[in-house]
Amino acid sequence: MSADIEHSEEHRGAFSSRKVFILAAIGSAVGLGNIWRFPYVAYENGGGAFMIPYLVALLTAGLPFLLLDYGLGHRYRGSAPLAFRRAHRAAEGLGWWQVGICFVIAVYYAAVIAWAARYTMFSFDKAWGDDPEGFLFGSYLQAGDPGIGLDFVSGVTVPLVLVWVAVLAIMALGVQKGIGAAATIFIPILFLAFIALVVVALTLDGASAGLDALFTPDWSALGETSVWIAAYGQIFFSLSVGFGIMITYASYVGRRSDMTGSGLVVGFANSGFELLAGIGVFAALGFMATSAGVGVDEVATDGLGLAFIAFPAIINEAPGGALIGILFFGSLVVAGVTSLVSVIEVVISAVRDKFEMSRTGASMAVGVPAAVISITLLGTTTGVYVLDIVDHFINRFGILVVAVASMLALAWVFKKTGLLREHLNRDGSVQVGRWWEWLIGIVAPAALTFILVNEVIDNIREPYEAYPTWMLLVLGWGLAVAVLVLGFLAARLPWRDNTFLGDPEIQARHNERSL
Amino acid sequence: MSTSAIIMMLVAMLILWGGLGVAIWNINRYRGDEPEMVRRDL
Repeated sequence: MSADIEHSEEHRGAFSSRKVFILAAIGSAVGLGNIWRFPYVAYENGGGAFMIPYLVALLTAGLPFLLLDYGLGHRYRGSAPLAFRRAHRAAEGLGWWQVGICFVIAVYYAAVIAWAARYTMFSFDKAWGDDPEGFLFGSYLQAGDPGIGLDFVSGVTVPLVLVWVAVLAIMALGVQKGIGAAATIFIPILFLAFIALVVVALTLDGASAGLDALFTPDWSALGETSVWIAAYGQIFFSLSVGFGIMITYASYVGRRSDMTGSGLVVGFANSGFELLAGIGVFAALGFMATSAGVGVDEVATDGLGLAFIAFPAIINEAPGGALIGILFFGSLVVAGVTSLVSVIEVVISAVRDKFEMSRTGASMAVGVPAAVISITLLGTTTGVYVLDIVDHFINRFGILVVAVASMLALAWVFKKTGLLREHLNRDGSVQVGRWWEWLIGIVAPAALTFILVNEVIDNIREPYEAYPTWMLLVLGWGLAVAVLVLGFLAARLPWRDNTFLGDPEIQARHNERSL
Repeated sequence: MSTSAIIMMLVAMLILWGGLGVAIWNINRYRGDEPEMVRRDL
């Protein structure tokens, strides 16, 4: 039995140190949402006053949930399906559900990175001209009517292929030489590039107007439920918790590592970067508003509109605009790649564990189909609509649902939170008390369920963005249900005979005693 | 910038960046076991 564990640990690979693990986890958490979502969410929900619900959400849901993922992956030392299977026989489907969600996210996330990579190049000569919105949907994406077509757009397809080649090369190199090395190189670059962007943005005329709009507190907002929902939603979506990434990464860390201390670094680094992004983005938006002679409220936006419409407009007007463009879109690419690597690793790791495949074999078995689907669906004139619908539904009715289900199952059905708390405390520099179990079992699921119910009601009342019903049913609701069903079907596939399905920690202690 | 905006910006910086600083200081003073070797990734 111990030989099986040693074989498994040897086979799976690991990060060479806790520092590499922390950098990889930060790379996963810091993604596009930190840059283009947080600033606007904060601005829309009380400005400076938003920091209070944001911090409450970080401390009562974000960090506790992060530690749950760490505890599960580190204790049971496996990909999401294997970790859940080792926790309880009936729990494996939750892991495969998370794997399915990650596969879907990887397929469309790569496209946004490809767009950002192309826009980095466009920044040199401001190829979007005086009409960034018309350029994005017309000349660049060549967006047709909503649907699913096969009219490929070379400006999207070529960078998309390159993104997949780069990501698959990283994945094939393995946990340390691929994921760990990429994080070690890219994360310092990302932070330095964004700090440079912030410094440049702060020198622009009107930057202070943008910061004033972002940070002026509206204390009355604290009495609004929607503001607290926004804070919990922002923390949840930006930390990469609940869909297998942190479980997988934690399984690659040395057995006697301080996971609670590492979790605090990752959590605060993620939020610290969001604050940095908020300052940079709103300083730039302040410049845009001042240049146009309008209020910041008229130019403030988020998501694709911020990145691919507002920022090109800022780059057109700002002194040193090309530099701002290269730093901004380059940051999006780097943040996106380190997150995409973590998302696809959830799938690769699960396939490796289940089928005992080699790293290269699993990377290709997962990556090539993902790349083909990604290029086929997202590299076309209808790709932007596919991306928009899938992103909207899989975030809400995939990630959010599986996160709530996992927390409730571990806390109330399989009753593992006590064991995981003991495990985290054994080598943790920060001890977690019983309160952590209450936060995981009650507070965090309650907050997320509230968000989920509101989302369900909103999406039933008003179909998303008035897309054709069949698209919403297939790419939205249908896909969210499909990953759930396929996940629990995958859990019925048998494990290989030599896969150890017991508790590796108990076995390791037994081995230590018998030495 | 208004005084309240400046104060809130400084408070946010202090809590989030200060929190990150404290968290890094904490893990540096507390060193757990590191893996003795990089495991093969077959």
